[in-house]
Amino acid sequence: MADSVRDRVIAIIAEQAVLDVSDVTEDSSLESLGIDSLGLVESIFAIEEAFDISVPFNANEPAKSDFDISTVASIIAAVEALVAAQKS
Amino acid sequence: MRRVVITGAGTVNALAHDVKGTFEAFREGRCGIGPLDIRDRDRLSIQIGGQVHGWDPETHFNRQQLVLFDKFTQFTLIAARQAIAQSGLNFDGHLGYEAGVVLGTAAGGVNTWDENYRSVYEEGKNRVHPFVVPKLMNNAAASHLSMEFNLKGPSFTVATACASSNHAMGLAFQMVRSGASRAMLTGGSESMLCFGGIKAWEGLRVMSKDACRPFSLNRNGMVQGEGAAIFVFEDYAHAKKRGAEILAEVIGFAMTSDAADIVMPSKQGAARAIAGALRDAQVNPEKVCYINAHGTGTAANDKTECAAVADVFGQHADRLMISSTKSMHGHLIGGTGAVELLACIMALKDGVIAPTIGYEEPDPECALNVVPNVAREAKVKVALSNAFAFGGLNAVLVLKRA
Repeated sequence: MADSVRDRVIAIIAEQAVLDVSDVTEDSSLESLGIDSLGLVESIFAIEEAFDISVPFNANEPAKSDFDISTVASIIAAVEALVAAQKS
Repeated sequence: MRRVVITGAGTVNALAHDVKGTFEAFREGRCGIGPLDIRDRDRLSIQIGGQVHGWDPETHFNRQQLVLFDKFTQFTLIAARQAIAQSGLNFDGHLGYEAGVVLGTAAGGVNTWDENYRSVYEEGKNRVHPFVVPKLMNNAAASHLSMEFNLKGPSFTVATACASSNHAMGLAFQMVRSGASRAMLTGGSESMLCFGGIKAWEGLRVMSKDACRPFSLNRNGMVQGEGAAIFVFEDYAHAKKRGAEILAEVIGFAMTSDAADIVMPSKQGAARAIAGALRDAQVNPEKVCYINAHGTGTAANDKTECAAVADVFGQHADRLMISSTKSMHGHLIGGTGAVELLACIMALKDGVIAPTIGYEEPDPECALNVVPNVAREAKVKVALSNAFAFGGLNAVLVLKRA
């Protein structure tokens, strides 16, 4: 568990996009990485499993969700917040 | 009315992972049934099955495909690739709009249900992988087949228990014959050999613990199998024009419902399906040389089926040959009619009748030529394939030599 949340989220997204970790930058959107809607729900599942958190995300209304998926950075921030909330 | 021919065949089953190997096993009367290699086998009272061994999905599919492909879909796609390669058809152009896929499966992604129930009930997990639904749905195999080969016409899956494949192939036949489709991918697939899948069947107490011995007096039940067989049904004129090899012609189909009992078969329902298929094919019963029986190895099916055949064929019933290849590959439930159609194609094309193996004692209630234990050579012009499902749903196909 030495890896930071950032590194682990990027590793999950890179695996989903079949890319090298170095190709996944924080300002990338999932779409620009070639991750489609199925890839998105699979990534969220992998994040939930990896951090043992529950991600509030409904694929029907992604914009209304508290979990901001617009960029890799926003996903990292959202996961960090959920991990922190879970610890408190 | 167009003529309908089979121009491609593929299979994965307990005997082999292709048609050639399956034909060899049929000729040799080889048994593909053996001890099951599955999780929690020791908690099962039925520990044998016609399992597909040496199955290595990673050699055929990438990781992203495998998260979406239950085993019944994997079997389907591999069998379909073989069938399409043999047919030589390419659906990328206009033909894709005139071709579809009708498949049979009784239960779809049973392994996926089983694994995920384990995860939430046994292991107490509170979430499952997001693709559980698209992976287990009964039409998953048909849909993936349509996507892999660009089949954009009528595509769906039918579930009529042990008759699923025959219903599917019968509908595909009707679509090509009517001109609704130029070509159809059809057949069926099943993969229930997991703890839950076998436990469910154990409950009915119709399963044998040692062997499937259809028509034999000492038969003691059915044995489950798994796998798939897929065929290319094509408009005869289309196949002829492009010089395709024709494996056999499909000439008739009928389906009936017993409307009587949820598990017990009916002689009348089966006989009406056989007679109806012969009428549809416009052939005299005397022309039929071979019947691939439903022949499950249960007390009820085999005697009822023999009585139905005797009713329809009269004295000719004693002259024709009837065998059950379930003795070799097991009962593939919704996929069974498809694998068994291969035995009909072998009879018509190669003149070899697959035997009923495991046959030990004649049963006066099954007093037909059941081709016991050893394959027979015979010139066959017309062959039938029977399927009689739980729920009293019967489907019979008639094939003719090309």
